[in-house]
Amino acid sequence: MISIIVFGPLLAAIIAGLGNRAIGNVPAKVITTGALFLSCVLSWPIFLSFLGGGAEPHVEQVFTWIRSGTFDAGWELRVDALTATMLVVVTTVSALVHLYSWGYMDEDPDQPRFFAYLSLFTFAMLMLVTANNLIQLFFGWEGVGLASYLLIGFWFKKPSANAAAIKAFVVNRVGDLGFMMGIFGVYLVFDTIDIPTILEAAPAMAGSTIGFLGGRFETMTVLCLLLFIGAMGKSAQLGLHTWLPDAMEGPTPVSALIHAATMVTAGVFMVCRLSPLFETSAVAMAVVTIVGAATCFFAATIGTCQTDIKRVIAYSTCSQLGYMFFAAGVGAYGAAMFHLLTHAFFKALLFLGAGSVIHAMHHEQDMRYYGGLRKQIPITFWTMMAGTLAITGVGIPFTEIGFAGFFSKDAILESAYAAGGNGTMAFYLGVFAALLTSFYSWRLMFLTFWGKPRWEQSEHIQHAVHDAHGHGHDDHHAHAAHGHEGHGDGTAGYHPHESGWVMLIPLIALSIGAVASGYAFYHSFVGPEEGAHFWAASTLFFNEHLMEAAHHVPAWVKLSPAIAMLLGLGIAWMAYMRHTDWPARFTAQFYLLYDFLLNKWYVDELYDRIFVRPAFWFGRLFWKGGDEGTIDRFGPDGAAVAVNAGGRVTRALQSGYLYSYALVMLIGLAAAATWAIMPK
Amino acid sequence: MIGLAHYLVVGAILFVLGVLGIFINRKNVIIILMAIELILLAVNINLVAFSAYLGDLVGQVFAMFVLTVAAGEAAVGLAILVIYFRARGTIAVDDVNRMKG
Repeated sequence: MISIIVFGPLLAAIIAGLGNRAIGNVPAKVITTGALFLSCVLSWPIFLSFLGGGAEPHVEQVFTWIRSGTFDAGWELRVDALTATMLVVVTTVSALVHLYSWGYMDEDPDQPRFFAYLSLFTFAMLMLVTANNLIQLFFGWEGVGLASYLLIGFWFKKPSANAAAIKAFVVNRVGDLGFMMGIFGVYLVFDTIDIPTILEAAPAMAGSTIGFLGGRFETMTVLCLLLFIGAMGKSAQLGLHTWLPDAMEGPTPVSALIHAATMVTAGVFMVCRLSPLFETSAVAMAVVTIVGAATCFFAATIGTCQTDIKRVIAYSTCSQLGYMFFAAGVGAYGAAMFHLLTHAFFKALLFLGAGSVIHAMHHEQDMRYYGGLRKQIPITFWTMMAGTLAITGVGIPFTEIGFAGFFSKDAILESAYAAGGNGTMAFYLGVFAALLTSFYSWRLMFLTFWGKPRWEQSEHIQHAVHDAHGHGHDDHHAHAAHGHEGHGDGTAGYHPHESGWVMLIPLIALSIGAVASGYAFYHSFVGPEEGAHFWAASTLFFNEHLMEAAHHVPAWVKLSPAIAMLLGLGIAWMAYMRHTDWPARFTAQFYLLYDFLLNKWYVDELYDRIFVRPAFWFGRLFWKGGDEGTIDRFGPDGAAVAVNAGGRVTRALQSGYLYSYALVMLIGLAAAATWAIMPK
Repeated sequence: MIGLAHYLVVGAILFVLGVLGIFINRKNVIIILMAIELILLAVNINLVAFSAYLGDLVGQVFAMFVLTVAAGEAAVGLAILVIYFRARGTIAVDDVNRMKG
């Protein structure tokens, strides 16, 4: 069964990708979407059987891959509680995104290619989550990276999309270098890459040291930090996060699937999968916590100032991944996985909702040109509302009533507080980030759905209206044509249209997840007893004492996320609903802070100075100086020039006149004769 | 008494005349052919003179061969010339420079 789940999407990707135009749009879409829905339907029973406690972890051998000495890597599909959780996340979101893309990519000329890439991505992700050894994990890891690259650069005619795709690939290489060195190190230390064996042997290695980069360090710390660098790259953590916002150049369904719900959570998944390994190194855990908390705070601050709807959500993703990491860092792996699950639903929902808004607004992505869309696209509005309520963690404290984020985020913050030490710092940063999360999420909602329409400044809308006037009633924007009376109210005579059902159904399905997934899985994932029972069927290290302590934190700790959420909502309400001049006054007053945030803490500029420009400078040095100036100049080019010059000289001899040839011949003969008869 | 030296001087004069006929002549390819004949005949005179002087008949036999080759050469040369004239409409030496590099 697991084979069908994993290899179905691969088969579909091959058929759709190689068939491409030969099989046409509709068969390609039917095959890929069908395969994904099949995987999804087969995944849920696996997950539910683990949830019910009736399933044992097992490994299905596919075939041997590499066997050399003690090195033994096979293609194996591991099914345990952790895999099952990821299976439902990946297949459900992927299936819904496939369906959504029917509507979103309807006018695209390259649909089979798009769906093939999506399915290929899903296959790679499933290989990643079912991996039983590090090499297969790495295969999936690179596979999703490849699919991500292909999909970010899907609209390859846009230079910005190509640049973003390359950036994503290159930044991920940095992380992958760490990950690879981590795998090499693990093999060096444990003599195997089989994950269960490693995790079993890990505690015994605690305290030993290893030579690395000329120094001696604790073995487990070095290994864990190297592996964590890989996770940082894939999950866009502080320092290696720069590719994620740029990845928004890809089509919106891609952002929802890859850059929100699944691929970027691979880092969190990997840390959870190898949690017994990380548990052996206090230093590594501290680093995970600090990086996670810093990212969580950092990305949230940037999110408050972005105007592109997708970038706001992208930074929000970055920030939420920070939550997951510091949860893992303090030892609450169950809470990290829980937030991963709920986040997958509500963030995919927010992205797909944003896609629906963009679709309605004729590809305008700037929130400054939205406004008043609540009445025009009601279903999108209500589903995005569910997503916003979920991400901001709306719920009633001390009860079990609330949206998905309420359960998972509170679980993370409570366990961070309960863990103490670095966890306390993470807790305060997390609470502040929750305030910012609430602020930017509601800002997004208020700017998009409330207020007066501000569409007329948008070039996209102007084009749409202009086209509709020009072409009459031949397309679905036609109703904008009789909008002459609408001028003057900011609409520019444009009438947004609600997306088709094929796009709305995934939104509705995901909003069910955003509303209910917290309540439904709370106890199984983070409850002290049920959680221990559930996670026992996996490699995840479940700290019962920590989760128990998290349930008994002081009341103010439990209340603080709710207060932060309400504060954020209040500020957003005041700034974007009541006193709409506040944002302008704020940016005028604190322009330094605003510029700092708007320019994303100048990280890109910093990297440009430190890495990109020196790299270009070196490249140019070797290109211009080394290759063109030396090798080419004296090598091929030099030889060519010499031959050319020689040719020019000898060509003059070839006058074509018979007598000059005869003269030369005579001179030659005379010389030869002289030489022959000259006395020796 | 006419000795070997006289024959050789005549041969040398004819040879130089032939060579100069090739180089100085800018008019006509036929003159070049004639100049080549002259060179060959100068060589023949040398061959026959040495043959008589040394009393060795091989030289005279060789002169016969040279005459034969000269006749063949003249025939082939004139044939090429006729074809060339048909093709190009001129046999002026200065115009015959199609092999210029």
